[in-house]
Amino acid sequence: MKARTMTSFERVTTALNQREPDQVPLFLFLSLYGAKEMGMSVQKYFSQPDHVVTAQLKMKAKYRHDCLYAFFYAAIEIEAMGGEVVYTDCGPPNTGQPVIKSSSKIKTLDLPRVRTNRCLIRVLEVIQQLKAKVGTGDPIIGVVMSPFSLAALQLGLGKYLELLYFDRHSFRTLMQKNSVFCIEWANAQLEAGADAICYFNPLASPDLIERKTYLNTGYPIDKLTLSQINGPTAMHLASGMTLPVVKDIIDTGAAVLGFSSQDDLDQIKQETYPNICLLGNLNGLEMVHWNTDQARQQVRLIIDKVGPGGSLILADNHGEIPWQVPEKILLAISEAVQHYGRYPLDGNKK
Amino acid sequence: MNKIRASIKEFTHALLQINRTEAARILNRCYKSENDFCQLEQIIRESLDHIGTGWEKGIFSLAQVYMSGVICEQLVDSYLPQAAVGPKTAPKIAIGVLEDYHSLGKRIVSSVLRAAGYELLDFGSGLSPEKIVTKTIEHQVDLLLISTLMLPSALKVAEVKQKLQHAGEKIKIIVGGAPFRLDPQLGQRVGADAAGSTAFDAVSLIEKVYKT
Repeated sequence: MKARTMTSFERVTTALNQREPDQVPLFLFLSLYGAKEMGMSVQKYFSQPDHVVTAQLKMKAKYRHDCLYAFFYAAIEIEAMGGEVVYTDCGPPNTGQPVIKSSSKIKTLDLPRVRTNRCLIRVLEVIQQLKAKVGTGDPIIGVVMSPFSLAALQLGLGKYLELLYFDRHSFRTLMQKNSVFCIEWANAQLEAGADAICYFNPLASPDLIERKTYLNTGYPIDKLTLSQINGPTAMHLASGMTLPVVKDIIDTGAAVLGFSSQDDLDQIKQETYPNICLLGNLNGLEMVHWNTDQARQQVRLIIDKVGPGGSLILADNHGEIPWQVPEKILLAISEAVQHYGRYPLDGNKK
Repeated sequence: MNKIRASIKEFTHALLQINRTEAARILNRCYKSENDFCQLEQIIRESLDHIGTGWEKGIFSLAQVYMSGVICEQLVDSYLPQAAVGPKTAPKIAIGVLEDYHSLGKRIVSSVLRAAGYELLDFGSGLSPEKIVTKTIEHQVDLLLISTLMLPSALKVAEVKQKLQHAGEKIKIIVGGAPFRLDPQLGQRVGADAAGSTAFDAVSLIEKVYKT
């Protein structure tokens, strides 16, 4: 007898619980891609919650994937703090000049209150509208920057590293403030209707900060912050390699780990199963130039190696599909998941 | 020879620990014993090279690479006047960040090149293709180093190349940054003469590209 087709929500929660759903869940992290779908500029697209809601629903149906993504752009938290955002035609809005010009300003830094901030309210409105439309059928993913990684946007990465290594007192002050903001921001999204929070934390990757320093600095902040977020979280290292810190991340209590295209598939499965669900790891940049056969092969490879036993959500490895990826590649990825990702998996399937 | 190898090892260790006091002490000891700036330059260059290679292999972090560069840049600045060694002025090199304001890569490359004795012009960050081309022509640059953080800005290197060609300039372009590291074919696609996967490729790429 053919198994019943699960809703996206059931599919994802089954994978999260280390069991095999009807098929491998697919998350296409389509944020600014919605502007392309709507045929409008990135700036115009993100100016109105209605645009994002309409695009998310259209793209969910078109690509038959398993999440609604309430992420606007990483720089929105900096924008909420009064920082400059630079828009480009075909890419994500980026931060302009650092919002914290000098470490001496950290002591008196006031971070915004989420519920009265114009920028952040736009995101909450998107989540509320999406929830009203889909109820519990489709998971809605909210996003925060980790306190440890947000500081790189606040100060600029170079200045932040100098603060981290040479001025621990100011570093700790900034982390305390960022953590309070992050918890409030994550919980506001959950209250608005998000089902899980993607906690972007590229600086936790040993590609960026060596493990020993991370464990002594950002890691305690991550543990503290994650423990106060009132819903499931995905620690996402935004393309950064995860293997050397996998066990540490499992200990934070995060339910999901966003892994890198640089991580070895066999080893990551071995290190994580059945303790944390994996999210990844299609190379979003190479995807720009794939043909449909390459897309199918990549999907198949990940499913074959990481899919058995559940605990895999197929996604790109960065948390954002680039504007330049052709629609036909996203459709090919989706079709390949329908073809190769049906449980029980069949590694010999042509 | 064993003595200099031991100093390189010790200095590398201090850099990896981000211990600027210890790094300065080691260099000072070497300089006092040999009074030879070239030896200091060798210690710095080989240590940074070792750290860069380690980063490429996933052994060391970007923070260790960057902070080592910051420490070495400060040390080179403090020894250059004493050693009275002139920086290399040819080829004329400039560096800039296309489109965005994240200048970490630029800073690392600048540190590595300065530590290797190169002088370079800094065009800054947040540059449009038009602006970087105008500055390049205005300063009669031989080699342009472009740093990018995100894919859209990396793709704009093609526009820079095209504008330089339209202006009749044959300036060589070397690119670097995350998009080029994650997609090794991207440099070629945007028309760069070379793409570095780490800042430490810069010295060898400059020598290679400038000779062609």
